[in-house]
Amino acid sequence: MNITVAGVKKEVRDGITVAQLIIDEKVETPEYVTVTVNDEFLENTQFEETVLSEGDNIEFLYFMGGGQ
Amino acid sequence: MAFTNEQIERYSRHIILKEVGAKGQKKLLNAKVLIIGAGGLGAPAAMYLAAAGIGTIGIADADEVDLSNLQRQIIHQTKDVGKPKVESARETMEAMNPDVKVITYHEFITSENILDIIKDYDFIIDGTDNFPAKFLINDACVMAKKPFSHAGIIRFQGQLMTYVPDKSPCYRCVFKEPPPKDAVPTCKQAGVIGAMGGVIGSLQAMETVKYILGVGELLTGYLLTYDALKMQFRKVKLPSDTHKCAVCGNNPTITKLIDYEQAECDGVGL
Repeated sequence: MNITVAGVKKEVRDGITVAQLIIDEKVETPEYVTVTVNDEFLENTQFEETVLSEGDNIEFLYFMGGGQ
Repeated sequence: MAFTNEQIERYSRHIILKEVGAKGQKKLLNAKVLIIGAGGLGAPAAMYLAAAGIGTIGIADADEVDLSNLQRQIIHQTKDVGKPKVESARETMEAMNPDVKVITYHEFITSENILDIIKDYDFIIDGTDNFPAKFLINDACVMAKKPFSHAGIIRFQGQLMTYVPDKSPCYRCVFKEPPPKDAVPTCKQAGVIGAMGGVIGSLQAMETVKYILGVGELLTGYLLTYDALKMQFRKVKLPSDTHKCAVCGNNPTITKLIDYEQAECDGVGL
């Protein structure tokens, strides 16, 4: 199936979970990433159980602490 | 307040813009902006805002200028090493534009002093380098109903978002609480390309000017991310349903400001 990850359309296997996508996408510091699916926040406790569907739009938002 | 001939010349490129005009330039001259952190983000933001004729600029930073700052913190010069950053920043801004009144805060911002510091300002820029300060600024601005610009930079990446009270998600809507110390790399550990502060800090100045003028669309409800290696900007839409947020939601659980443990870039705070 096709989904959009961080603005890029890609093909992933049917039934993939958010937790697996985080591994496949090599998300840095995955325990601190904020995930949105179709413009809704997803609690990190739901990463394992959330199965993605065709056409879903996933964004990973990262902590960025620098400034000085 | 009538413009002097010198002001008409100084701000001519602003005044000619239909979105600014004489009226808009007067708004800028009457505006009060606070910049927290006189570093990679705060330096370019402060310089563009001073040049733009923001009438009152507050600048808060507890640090002194260090040689390792000069690779990116362009408001400070080699002669300023060892000087309080707020003093060096004040000298640069005043030299750029005598119309600007600079107010310095040579101290750390804390839960004790932040509400008192921000209360007189129209807009706040978060140019800090650590999560405790970023959460403190967010929570204080939510509680005091102050608009602010959040930004962060690391390596070849940067991000920013604008918060306007009751109109957009806050920083804590996106990131619930600071990561544990050393869980997420800091600039000191990971490095940052000097011009990144210029790009993102200038965008913070741009949001400030737009807010004061009341023109265009602010970066509310979006997180703008910038990847310099790919030369890619992305405007990521943030969820609009923020009622569950611990600080700006309908039933906030955070009603007092929190001083989290510091874990900063330069090992010396703001």
